Amino acid sequence: MQHYLKKWLPVFVFPTLAAFLIAFLIPFLMGLYLSFTSFTTVADAKWVGLENYIEAFRSDGHFLRALGFTSLFTVVSVITVNVSAFLLALALTKTFRLTNIYRSVFFMPNLIGGIVLGYIWQLIINGLLQPLGVDVTYSASYGFWGLVIMTNWQLIGYMMIIYIAALQSIPPQLHEAAAIDGASSLQALRHVTLPSVASAFTICLFLTLTNSFKLFDQNLALTDGAPARESSMLALDIYKTFYGRIGQEGVGQAKAVIFFLIVSLIAFAQLRLTSSKERDV
Amino acid sequence: MQKPSFGKKVLFYTVMTLLAALFLSPVVIVLYNSFKGRFFIADAPFAFPNANTFVGLENYKAGIAKTDFFSAFGWSLFITLFSVGAIVLFCSMCAYYITRVKNRFTRLVYYLFVFSMIVPFQMVMFTMSKTANSLHLDNPIGILLIYLGFGSGLSVFILSGFVKALPTDIEEAALIDGAGAVRMFFRIILPLLKPSLITVAILNTMWIWNDYLLPYLVIGSDYKTIPIAVQYLQGGYGSRDIGALMALLVLAIIPIVVFYFLAQKHIVKGVAAGAVKG
Repeated sequence: MQHYLKKWLPVFVFPTLAAFLIAFLIPFLMGLYLSFTSFTTVADAKWVGLENYIEAFRSDGHFLRALGFTSLFTVVSVITVNVSAFLLALALTKTFRLTNIYRSVFFMPNLIGGIVLGYIWQLIINGLLQPLGVDVTYSASYGFWGLVIMTNWQLIGYMMIIYIAALQSIPPQLHEAAAIDGASSLQALRHVTLPSVASAFTICLFLTLTNSFKLFDQNLALTDGAPARESSMLALDIYKTFYGRIGQEGVGQAKAVIFFLIVSLIAFAQLRLTSSKERDV
Repeated sequence: MQKPSFGKKVLFYTVMTLLAALFLSPVVIVLYNSFKGRFFIADAPFAFPNANTFVGLENYKAGIAKTDFFSAFGWSLFITLFSVGAIVLFCSMCAYYITRVKNRFTRLVYYLFVFSMIVPFQMVMFTMSKTANSLHLDNPIGILLIYLGFGSGLSVFILSGFVKALPTDIEEAALIDGAGAVRMFFRIILPLLKPSLITVAILNTMWIWNDYLLPYLVIGSDYKTIPIAVQYLQGGYGSRDIGALMALLVLAIIPIVVFYFLAQKHIVKGVAAGAVKG
């Protein structure tokens, strides 16, 4: 069959591959190269070695602060989202009526885009802060918790769906056997339910991790980094370095490469974790 | 399983209904604020409209006029529909070929697609928008190609997994009977792939419809999609019209709610399937 199919390469593969080269691969390689140069348009690049990378960490401290803000935000979001989503999934797989309606409601925010989400929550959070006479841009910690609440609102339903799918694939005999053996419901949760959803747990952990770490639209809409870029996450900081002031494009690109390396590290860790788990089973 | 007791039932429905109300409240608050005068929103965002503050559809008129909302809706619809169409068609062809024809080149292509999934957008945003510019792709037709390129990583990855699971004997029989490879693909493979094509279409629709930065950088100055229109209204110079913003948020949410009602089963299935693969 390979023989019949082989000559059709241009028809089957070239359209997608051409788009992929133009939109992704060539810009990616250019980006790697430009991170070692000084440029304002792509054509005027001058080689400067590692200067941009040094500048990224040194100059104004924005990048390191954004890295700290992003990391803390990611840890808090991953824990809160997954704990809430798992508890909801447990409750909504029991034999009650209306569970489908509840599931639909909890999932709905996930479909709303980041920009719209950001402005919805700007209204709510500013309303809640009003008795204090301030708004969300007053302090970076307001922005931080605002982003955490918003991310929970957006992602809980999504993760809940994945946990529900995993919970429903546990054969009921397992629970019956545990009940016959006299296991308490906590023991059943610990020894039957949790091991069965381990792979869903890895997936959700990774999804919330990358989603939180790469957050951009919500950050732009809710605080735009205010006050004074203190609530900027990495993606927004890179954007502002690129488009904020002319002449910083090289530094922006170097920051983007570092960002890419951190995200790759997370993805690699996930891959190792998943494949080692699968070997255990 | 045993039936839950009455006490448990009461507890379950109370907690869940409260939580559901909490989840819906942000959207409901935005909805009723969109009918209040612009000066009554920031001061008392949780107050219902009353005789003094109710302004009817004034915010909607202002929001639509200031951002040319219907044209933004049109561009969002155009770009989403045709990008998703292109992604589903070309990525399924590509996934089919590189899964069935095994050589060094197809393996390389596959790994490049997988690799692209982990690269954050900020890594390529500047160079990609410059490339799009210089190739004259900075228009609503050109951006379809950009979306095909960006969407191909995840889509080819998901579809390859499904192609692998298809038995090859039907294809072989069809090819031996003299059907061309292209005709065989459309007549036999594509219908078999239908469930996974829906998954891919749903995932890409949710991404492209809500995408802000990519269209903003590529076509944003001339063609506004809905997220760009919302951000434009907010970031524009002059006094900020929070009333118009509320109306625009409602208008932006309506198509999503309609889509959700129409395709809820597919969306939930697609999201779960896509997550397991991704």
